[in-house]
Amino acid sequence: MTAPPSAVGPAGAAGADADVLLDVDGLVKHFPVRGTGRLGSTRVHAVDGVSLRLRRGETLGLVGETGCGKSTLARCVTRLHDLTAGRVVFDGTDISRLSRRRLRPYRRQMQMIFQDPYGSLNPRRRVGSIIGDPFAIHGVAGGTERRRRVRELMERVGLNPEHYNRFPAEFSGGQRQRIGVARALALQPGLVVCDEPVSALDVSIQAQIINLLADLQDDFELTYLFISHDLSVIRHVSDRIAVMYLGQIVEIGPTDSVLNHPRHPYTAALLSAVPVPDPERAEERQRIILTGDVPSPVNPPAGCRFHLRCPKAQTRCASGMPDLAPAPGDAPGHPVACFFPLGDGEELTGRPAGVSAEGGER
Amino acid sequence: MTQSVLGELRGTHPPAPVGAPVTVEGRSPWQLAWARLRADRVAMVSGAVIVLIIIGALAAPLFSALVGHGPNEQFRDTGLTPAGLPRPPSHTFWLGTDDLGRDLLVRVLYGARISLFAGVLASVIAVSIGVVIGLTAGYLGGLADTVLSRLVDVVLSFPFLLFAIALVAIVGPSLAISVGVIAFFSWASIARVVRGQALSIKEKEYVEAARSLGARDVRIMFVDVLPNLLAPVIVYTTLLIPAAIAFEATLSFLGLGVLPPTATWGNMLSESVQYYKVAWWFVIFPGVALLVTTLAFNLLGDGIRDALDPRAGRAQHR
Repeated sequence: MTAPPSAVGPAGAAGADADVLLDVDGLVKHFPVRGTGRLGSTRVHAVDGVSLRLRRGETLGLVGETGCGKSTLARCVTRLHDLTAGRVVFDGTDISRLSRRRLRPYRRQMQMIFQDPYGSLNPRRRVGSIIGDPFAIHGVAGGTERRRRVRELMERVGLNPEHYNRFPAEFSGGQRQRIGVARALALQPGLVVCDEPVSALDVSIQAQIINLLADLQDDFELTYLFISHDLSVIRHVSDRIAVMYLGQIVEIGPTDSVLNHPRHPYTAALLSAVPVPDPERAEERQRIILTGDVPSPVNPPAGCRFHLRCPKAQTRCASGMPDLAPAPGDAPGHPVACFFPLGDGEELTGRPAGVSAEGGER
Repeated sequence: MTQSVLGELRGTHPPAPVGAPVTVEGRSPWQLAWARLRADRVAMVSGAVIVLIIIGALAAPLFSALVGHGPNEQFRDTGLTPAGLPRPPSHTFWLGTDDLGRDLLVRVLYGARISLFAGVLASVIAVSIGVVIGLTAGYLGGLADTVLSRLVDVVLSFPFLLFAIALVAIVGPSLAISVGVIAFFSWASIARVVRGQALSIKEKEYVEAARSLGARDVRIMFVDVLPNLLAPVIVYTTLLIPAAIAFEATLSFLGLGVLPPTATWGNMLSESVQYYKVAWWFVIFPGVALLVTTLAFNLLGDGIRDALDPRAGRAQHR
């Protein structure tokens, strides 16, 4: 694990640090909503001002509830979506405004592993041709050379190279995800964005794929942006963790620090929801039950986005949006976006959520 | 549609028995569809009929030489009654003769050449245009979709016969014009089908995966999207061929297609209408040839559709 020297400060000096592979600065992605009223523009605020940095060789785990914008963030980073605002600097180059043609060389260095091992492989194409796709697209290797390298990759990710001519339908979910991994690794990318790579798999298979990804990271010096809604998976793979809520990062820091000393009430609530594999300890444990639903990203609440469900919310939370900054006494590498960060051992259970009605949404 | 094919594959593929030899050869989706088609007796009979018709068409000159009757050769002595009427089926003329004393069987076989050629060629042209336009409109979307979809609307709302008559009046009837007219009026419906399919397929994750790999649009369209909509395209093609054959016959019947004395089923039917009271064979045989051919293609097309999309087929028929 690597400790961030001066992690998420203002990203103005981006690109200067040669150790930073990916620098996301103030990334905003809004989707227009069609058909809901003519007046004004209705927009889904999927990602609303996210800044983060990935250093070479590290794994940044991105957690958050379904619909909080994790996948949209991933697709903006890899430029599958165009950004509404903000910058994505990859290896010193701002790729957020590059044309599709000029983006192609960077596509080689940024690969994605998708969530759905069924949907992400073309059912009508043979596995060998799917894994060979990156070579074909970038004109790297052809003919027998491509075949050889595809077989090598298949072996490396734990597939039988003799299954070269099979179709995706002939593989199990775990094997299919290995195919997806092989395809992502074909061109030896620097950054691999894993969008919930194991959440569609059986738990026993999840471990296999996670271990495979860890092995490959060592061998190929990969940098992972690892997205999951499963904290126990994130805990296992990540060097650092970023917690997302409603399109924003509310807390980011080294894994141990975030998990053992959560500063944001939302992080604490997430952590308290992780199942404990010990019935006796589970009994004692106090869960923080969040009331209410996640507010609609079409019309996010003013102020801190969590204040409607937050046990610690005060009037200030309803008006001002807290910056992402370290809590008093914390290391600079563990900033949190909260006016009233939790102290160690602070109890949150049993407190009513939300500020009084005057701070509500409009 | 793709989803259901996929689902079926998952469902029907037998799990490999434990300890099975590793040499088990994977069966492609096409092989599975072929296996299902083989089990469909109606489709197989239709296919056999089509093969027979094709053989007949190919062997027409051979047969003509064998019986010594040319397709346009008039046998005024042996082929016509003393009153100058067509002769019924006999030893010499197996299907009888027409009003000019020509051998009807030889002419039906020669007619099959024109019908199949026009039908298949027009369908292939129409499908090629339709696929490219539908794929472009569906995959690219936006302005391209708007323009191409309106173009499809325009073509579909064209009065076909009026256009054909006007065109022939200007350039004169010929086989090439017939094929062109048929293709022109057939591609639009395919383009619509393909566009709809492409719209749904482009949202699949594997298309996104291809984009994230840096694949160009053209590559994605033809390597990733097209194979997944080949099934409806094949079905549509087999159903288009009989329609095109009937189209061609219609044009010939109206004197807008291939000109006499060349034998086509449409021409023969058109000539026979004056003789249906005295020479039933003159009407029946070209008519039956046309009917059997279009029916066989249609039934085969149904069978192929069921084989490629088993769920939809079973829900309706069984």
